Amino acid sequence: MEINKNAYDAYVKEVTPVNRLWPDVGKAFLTGGLICTLAQGLMNWLTGPMGQEKEAASAWMLILLIGLSILLTGFGLYPKLVKFGGAGALVPITGFANSVVSPAIEYKAEGHVFGVGCKIFTIAGPVILFGVVTSWGLGLIWWIGRVMGS
Amino acid sequence: MQKGKASIQFECPPWITAAGSIAGKKEGEGPLGALFDRTKEDDRMGKDNWEEAESYLQKEAAGLAMKKAGLSPQDIRYLFGGDLLGQLIATSFGLMEFEIPLFGLYGACSTMGEAMSLAAMTVGGGFADRCIALASSHFATAEKQFRFPLGYGNQRPYSATWTATGCGAVVIEKEKAAGGKTKGEKMAKITGITTGKIVDFGLKDSMNMGAAMAPAAFHTIWQNFQDFGWDQDHFDRIITGDLGTVGQKILLDLLRKEGYDLRQQHMDCGIELYDGMKQDTHAGGSGCGCSAITLCAMILPKLKTGEWKRVLFVPTGALLSTVSFNEGRSVPGIAHGVILEHIEEEKREWNT
Repeated sequence: MEINKNAYDAYVKEVTPVNRLWPDVGKAFLTGGLICTLAQGLMNWLTGPMGQEKEAASAWMLILLIGLSILLTGFGLYPKLVKFGGAGALVPITGFANSVVSPAIEYKAEGHVFGVGCKIFTIAGPVILFGVVTSWGLGLIWWIGRVMGS
Repeated sequence: MQKGKASIQFECPPWITAAGSIAGKKEGEGPLGALFDRTKEDDRMGKDNWEEAESYLQKEAAGLAMKKAGLSPQDIRYLFGGDLLGQLIATSFGLMEFEIPLFGLYGACSTMGEAMSLAAMTVGGGFADRCIALASSHFATAEKQFRFPLGYGNQRPYSATWTATGCGAVVIEKEKAAGGKTKGEKMAKITGITTGKIVDFGLKDSMNMGAAMAPAAFHTIWQNFQDFGWDQDHFDRIITGDLGTVGQKILLDLLRKEGYDLRQQHMDCGIELYDGMKQDTHAGGSGCGCSAITLCAMILPKLKTGEWKRVLFVPTGALLSTVSFNEGRSVPGIAHGVILEHIEEEKREWNT
């Protein structure tokens, strides 16, 4: 049988169901928005009734969000949130925490060094690496701009 | 007897005399749930890790099949087994204590077809009186190896399939096995096989394995028709392993282009195993356990009663690894056909 690989690829795309864009965008907006609202609520509580400075309050707020995400991951609830909200749950810091904790839980069986130690950043590793590289690049551009401007 | 290009017709068809199936929680809650020999509430099976849990499935399924046939491990000449894990650890650690000579096989999700083909050839050729063919998969071990940790949140596309947790094992033996001690039933006979070749249509999407495997299933079914000179009407059912809804549509389209209309006969184990709407499995089930447990729990019993007389069982596999995928290679497919037939009652002289 003659195969035209491009034609097959196009045909497969045609018969494969795809996600509906706008409902997904709506759900992501709702989920991400709720996480941010929760964070803002924590900030208001920490700077208000708890009497924290803004900087200390934002550190505590992050710790609380990360802690909550870790708990939800441990109980298997965070994947359900992502299934509903997609990037709305993945982009905030809670998603990052989920991507670090889930390999830690999964690879615990392979030992603390070769399991957790080596594999904890299998998902978050690229984010950290390219985040650092990008920051470095932007810093360089900022520095060149400052030298040129002076 | 060799038939055509890729098939064998057995002059003395080996019999399947027992089948054991064990499945996980989600499979137990699916449409076939009541048909499995055993279902486990805890997918960890009380073990320390997922891999041990899958090994447990292998051990249990092989044990169930032997028990049903009234056999002990010494009565089995060879094991033909496989799973999806790197270096076949579920199989080797699961079957170790039986101390039966083992052929460990990797055919991705087509492994049950490969194992049954080789076991049938071995028995049919007179090299063994009794063999066991088995294959397992486990959702958690497969996710861990091929995709993400279980706790990681991500969205699966609609074309994705759900790796089945379970293991199916069948005892394949000579029509009149030496010693005549078998208590097993006459479930079905294997009258022929068609061995699949690797078929690659260049697809690179590992989350659409139905589309990657459909051309392989098409080729094996088409080859079977050519080699034996029959068509779909020869069979009551033609049952693929884990094409899912997307792969099924593609398979039917490909066959229609060659002039075969399989809409009446075609079934897919992956579609049968779960309730796609309620269980959120998307395109269907997959994994070598998917076709293996569906065979043991649903297909063989129907062949035994004679509700179906002839079935072409075609487990399908996607031959990728995370390395080949990351290196930008395509996802080739393979499918192995096994012809299963009802054993007529008049052959009462067996088991004398």
